[in-house]
Amino acid sequence: MALGLTDAIGTRRRERRHADKDRVWFYPVMTTLSVLWLLPAFFIVLISLRSTDDITTNGLSALPHSLSLDSFVYLFTQAGFARALGNSLLVTATGVVLSLVLGATSAFALSRFRIPFRVPILLLMLCGNLLPPQILLIPVEQICEALGIYNTLLALIVAQVGFGVGFYTFVLHGFLRNIPDEIFEAARVDGATPLRVFVSVALPLTKPALAALAALASTWIFNDLIWSLTLIRSEVKFPVTLVVLQLQGSYVGQWNVVAAAALIGAIPPAVVFFIFQKQFISGLMVGSSK
Amino acid sequence: MEQLGLERRGRRLAAGPSWHAVSTSGRSAARKTSGISPIIWWFLAIPLALEAWWVFYPALESFYLSLTSWSGAGSPRYVGLRNYQLLLQDPIFWTALRNTGLWTLTFGGFSFVFGLLVARLLNRPRRGVTFFRIAFFLPMVLSLTVTGVFWQVIYQPGSPMYSLLALTGSARGAGSGILANPQLALWGVLVAALWREIGYIMVFYLAGFNGLDPALEEAAQVDGAGAWRRFWSIVMPQLREVHSIVFAILVIDSLRTFDIVWAMTQGGPFNSSQLLSTYMYQEAFTALKLGYSSAIAVIIFVLAIGFIITYLVRTYRTGVEDGARAH
Repeated sequence: MALGLTDAIGTRRRERRHADKDRVWFYPVMTTLSVLWLLPAFFIVLISLRSTDDITTNGLSALPHSLSLDSFVYLFTQAGFARALGNSLLVTATGVVLSLVLGATSAFALSRFRIPFRVPILLLMLCGNLLPPQILLIPVEQICEALGIYNTLLALIVAQVGFGVGFYTFVLHGFLRNIPDEIFEAARVDGATPLRVFVSVALPLTKPALAALAALASTWIFNDLIWSLTLIRSEVKFPVTLVVLQLQGSYVGQWNVVAAAALIGAIPPAVVFFIFQKQFISGLMVGSSK
Repeated sequence: MEQLGLERRGRRLAAGPSWHAVSTSGRSAARKTSGISPIIWWFLAIPLALEAWWVFYPALESFYLSLTSWSGAGSPRYVGLRNYQLLLQDPIFWTALRNTGLWTLTFGGFSFVFGLLVARLLNRPRRGVTFFRIAFFLPMVLSLTVTGVFWQVIYQPGSPMYSLLALTGSARGAGSGILANPQLALWGVLVAALWREIGYIMVFYLAGFNGLDPALEEAAQVDGAGAWRRFWSIVMPQLREVHSIVFAILVIDSLRTFDIVWAMTQGGPFNSSQLLSTYMYQEAFTALKLGYSSAIAVIIFVLAIGFIITYLVRTYRTGVEDGARAH
């Protein structure tokens, strides 16, 4: 894990030895700063492991008098957190797959064929992704109601895919465009249909970019708040972010439960990040807008 | 790792067939419009239609709705520019607008300064540097909602953060917590947002520093230029491209800010931490003033569009011409 992030962020290879002599303050200062930076997260972990009684009696700042997993047990047995995790994972998985498939097809068409106005189309699609979501919320809600899919996970998936597809198209286009033409030419000469070229040549070659985008897209969709807030009403369909907020609103005082919910809600994106950190960071660098 | 457009000049030589090479060569028949197989048209048409239906049409619809009065029931009633006139007389709108401006300046400014500073401190390989980088980047892994909830807990009366602020006197009058104090709420949210954003901006600058030519700075050092001077005269000018990407991202992110405010204060107390984005949401989905809130959405759009275009032009130049490659 540690080595990976160095590689991904890219340590400069050419080291300069003589420049660091006067930096005696470096380690004390950076260590203090890093610890301060991690402290909030550490504090949350600590709170989540305390019992409600402990917090009420001894206050939020006290060190735990006893460690317990009660808050986590409560989350999954009483608060319907497992269902929320299921909803989020379903929306995320479907959303990511659909986004990438649609992004890849349009990127393939725009990058390898002489489609008229392909540059304006590409920029227009990217532009759609950069719009402030506020300008879309009301009409999208109306569309969902008209289609009868308001308050369904499907609405959430379609909204996420529609909003994201421009960005995925843009990134994949940049990637596909740089694959040497000879590779595609060879497949065409062999008589492969465009569909076959797409599936057996373009997609495999785009794998690194697809992995980067899958990592990014899954955290974006999983972490979404505003679309879920707008399109989902019933508690049984709440994704994790909505349940975390609901807990925060209705369990004032039970900070251990709120902290536990926030922590569990952070785990799936964190796992994706640590597994795909290299792709993740390089993905962020590609004209990121989020 | 190769970063988008950061090593532009070098890339141009190394890149595969460029956009223009592709578009002008057109040797094979498949390249001509007439010869493009139907399935390729579908490849483009389906995603484009989806985006048109779920993004472009709604965006245009919002412009129309902003000229109407509508509560969601029945059909919208056309009222011309009345919503915009009402906005001008709405003190909460002005608070939200001022807060959005302040937020963009402070959130953008501090993220930029500290992101750059931390990257500068951590750009040389030395023992432990990876740990420090991970420490600063880690909050970025959390969603804005979770970050907001984290800090809401941290700011509760009785928490260490609250005690610390109470010690310095900054929390005076914040009996029920920092976020319940109209004077402090927005800044409480800002600290939480910065905690998450600084590591993100750091990554861009680490990549930027990585693409610099160390020989230039060494030469300046040999010539006796101090650290400050080297930074301003040698390093900063070379980072111009990263600056403009970071600038656009920060402005667009600032104007989009919603989740973290919603999770922490919902714009309160007494609208003191209201941003245009949260005010729009409340007016739309709590007050059901759909026409009025659409007018706020249009204002957010107008504020953002200049930066979106800047970003598109920049990305087009660095990305489309030189190849936006994920690796």
